[in-house]
Amino acid sequence: MSLQQLGGAALVLFVLAAQAASEPYPSTYQRPASAPVLIRNATVLDGTGRRLDGADVLIRDGRIVAVGTALPQGEATAIDAQGRWVTPGLIDVHSHLGVYASPGINATQDGNEATDPVTAGVWAEHSVWPQDPGFATALAGGVTTMQVLPGSANLIGGRGVTLRNVPATTYQAMKFPGAPQGLKMACGENPKRVYGERKQAPSTRMGNVAGYRQAFADAEDYQHQWQKYEAELAAFDKKKGKDRDPAERPTPPKRDLRLETLVAAMQGQVQVHVHCYRADEMAVMLDLAQEFHFKIAAFHHGVEAYKIADRLAQEGVCGALWADWWGFKLEAYDGIWENLAYVDAPQNGCAIVHSDSDEGIQRLNQEAAKAMARGNRAGLSIPPERAIRWVTSNPAKALGIADRVGTLEPGKIADVVVWNRDPFSVYAQPDLIYIDGALAFDRSHPPGTPRSDFLLGQPGAAR
Amino acid sequence: MNRLSFAPTFALLLAVLGVGTPARAQDVLIRGAKVHTMTASGTLDHADVLVRGDRIVAVGNGLAAAGATVIEANGRPLTPGLFGGITGLGISEIEQESATVDRSALVGSGASGPGFVPRPEFDVTPSFNADAVAIGVNRAEGITFAMIAPSASGTLFAGQGAVARLDGSSNPFIAASRTQFLDLGSSATEGVGFSRGAQFMVLEQATREALPGKPLQAGDVRLLTPTGREVFARYLAGGRIAFAVDRAADIRQVLEFSAQHGVKPVIVGGAQAPQVADLLARAKVPVVLEPLLDLPGTFDQLGATLANASRLQRAGVPILFTHFSAGTNQAHKVRQGAGVAVANGLPWDAALAALTTTPADVFGLGAAAGRIMPGSPADLVLWSGDPLEVTSYAEHVWIGGKAQSMRSRQTELRDRYRPTGVVAKPRSP
Repeated sequence: MSLQQLGGAALVLFVLAAQAASEPYPSTYQRPASAPVLIRNATVLDGTGRRLDGADVLIRDGRIVAVGTALPQGEATAIDAQGRWVTPGLIDVHSHLGVYASPGINATQDGNEATDPVTAGVWAEHSVWPQDPGFATALAGGVTTMQVLPGSANLIGGRGVTLRNVPATTYQAMKFPGAPQGLKMACGENPKRVYGERKQAPSTRMGNVAGYRQAFADAEDYQHQWQKYEAELAAFDKKKGKDRDPAERPTPPKRDLRLETLVAAMQGQVQVHVHCYRADEMAVMLDLAQEFHFKIAAFHHGVEAYKIADRLAQEGVCGALWADWWGFKLEAYDGIWENLAYVDAPQNGCAIVHSDSDEGIQRLNQEAAKAMARGNRAGLSIPPERAIRWVTSNPAKALGIADRVGTLEPGKIADVVVWNRDPFSVYAQPDLIYIDGALAFDRSHPPGTPRSDFLLGQPGAAR
Repeated sequence: MNRLSFAPTFALLLAVLGVGTPARAQDVLIRGAKVHTMTASGTLDHADVLVRGDRIVAVGNGLAAAGATVIEANGRPLTPGLFGGITGLGISEIEQESATVDRSALVGSGASGPGFVPRPEFDVTPSFNADAVAIGVNRAEGITFAMIAPSASGTLFAGQGAVARLDGSSNPFIAASRTQFLDLGSSATEGVGFSRGAQFMVLEQATREALPGKPLQAGDVRLLTPTGREVFARYLAGGRIAFAVDRAADIRQVLEFSAQHGVKPVIVGGAQAPQVADLLARAKVPVVLEPLLDLPGTFDQLGATLANASRLQRAGVPILFTHFSAGTNQAHKVRQGAGVAVANGLPWDAALAALTTTPADVFGLGAAAGRIMPGSPADLVLWSGDPLEVTSYAEHVWIGGKAQSMRSRQTELRDRYRPTGVVAKPRSP
């Protein structure tokens, strides 16, 4: 890259940053007021890989203040967690809650804008129905943050949004303040099936790749148009007095929402998430990322990620995976129970348990437990304090919010789950869940837990 | 020797050696297990189980048998083999590839196509492929039997299924388990007039055609084929019909229809079954449910919670578990569902019964099946830990007294790609 290009890139960065500052559709999420809490005598898995027995966690003003033994109570309310376990709030990098809401009827199918293979201009957040009953059931499983993504019908499906799992009447009130958006891309069978059936490109895997490449080539051209405009504008602004004819003021290119998203990906301003099953196709996508200078945050589903675990670790790409889904289509045929454990094994391996399911998101801890147990049977040595990272700090990293959530380090946002026992068990359930330091869920007081408007007055509503 | 003369000679040699006739499985003595007998004897903490041939012959302490293969359980749990639920095992390899799927009689025509004829005579059992990869995978997870069921693909009549023991034999079906499958409710109205009323209209007409004593007249509009009438009649006369249905109001209709025609109904799904639990309990109608269902996938499923299993069990309704959401290849996920039901109020023994004794009883597998007692079929699983726990796995599986392979296509892949320097944990003896 020449100096001139570098300057241009910096300018575009500046323009996009300015756009971000004005942030359309801004978050209106507000941290609820909360009194300080001291959770005492728990087994703490802090999300960094540490386990502390008989430890306390102090929360104040929505933040983790300290984790350690015999912390002073001060004015905090004490919670006796003897025999209970404490973890960071769980994070799911792959949810369709709100965009494929329950009930799964025609009216709620808002997750795939399957009218064109490249719909990078759509934002999943504009499909999110905050009354999806699935948000509350996910909370009951300990999920405090999730990314809602568009589906995988398209090569480039649009932008994902990271949400706080709090009851709200608008999605903006759930939007994680300052979290980068995601970009959803998809490999393999889905796009080629959806469009191939319509006798339209792509109908093959090579058609898929040509589709991504053309889209990014168009985005490069768009980026150059903006760089040219910025340079002309800068020159114009430098002019003084009579040299400056207002009629010569350069006009900006027309905004193209589709290409704007792809430029943001190339600028590293959105996190790129790629639905991809097969190892060979993931390798193609890594080459694509190199060709167009973007970074892939995570491969999602990746049932063959274990075949390229070393390469994923070297390139710093996470694998967002299931514990045991396999075989429902050919590209999922090679799924194995040990996938997560094998992806986790190399130095810098980044394994993530993801759900892609309104059922799976309710028990990410159990999915991690299955994968941990099978990894250990295969000869690895994975303790709970390591495996908990698959559902806390690793997804936070893939979402670009690891500086704020995903661990119980002092200064982090106080998203905390108090489990009734070791969470790596089918019998484990969250007793208490704090989001931003405020009590968001209390199993012993069901009427106080969130419940969608949609379920009110429906059969069986009493619980 | 040319090829022509070789073949008969070779066959003779096989006959002399006794190869080709079923070999008697070697006796097996499982020592010191935590035996979940699923009988009045309850759970025995350090008991032995002796298997001779394909049967369990003794359960007790200090058993001995000369020449038997001895397995030291060291206190690990031993259960009857688990039921995999209502599945497409053996009739579906990869669900999204129609060339590998034999679940319905609708492929090609479509439920709403012109001239569509309901086919209660459709039978999935001739399609069964004992070599399907998913069978090996699920068997190694402790699933030893499952209902192999047709799919109605959005219409009313699905056809006939039966319970298979997953022992790899080519005809593993249990005759008494044959079941007719019907789909009712909002997801099954295509091809039958797009309403529930039309579903019951078609069901009534099919019943009328099939019942003896109501001969058809020349020129009558006929719904079923002659074979269809004959087959459906068998299920009306005291046979078993599984109704896939969720809404409470629809379950009431099923109960009325069944009482009127002498049908033994089984409810599959039953998301709103707790609302009619008393009726189900009184009529002793079992419910096959997905214990993980707590969101309304459809309006028919409104009100389902993770406590559905425990509510039905408390009301005295026989319950069985199945797994729906992730598809047939993951039938084994019923075990996790059972554990979740326990976490939500179901007694542990009742959860294991929903995977063993109850399916054996409901599908007519015999009084000793699904249990560990003298005379039971030796379908057994020795677990690494609590059989309902997600961190446990099957270590030994026997079907009909034969130790089953614990290898599958998945373990082949696992071993091929094991990280360098990692050594597998040996299986406990």
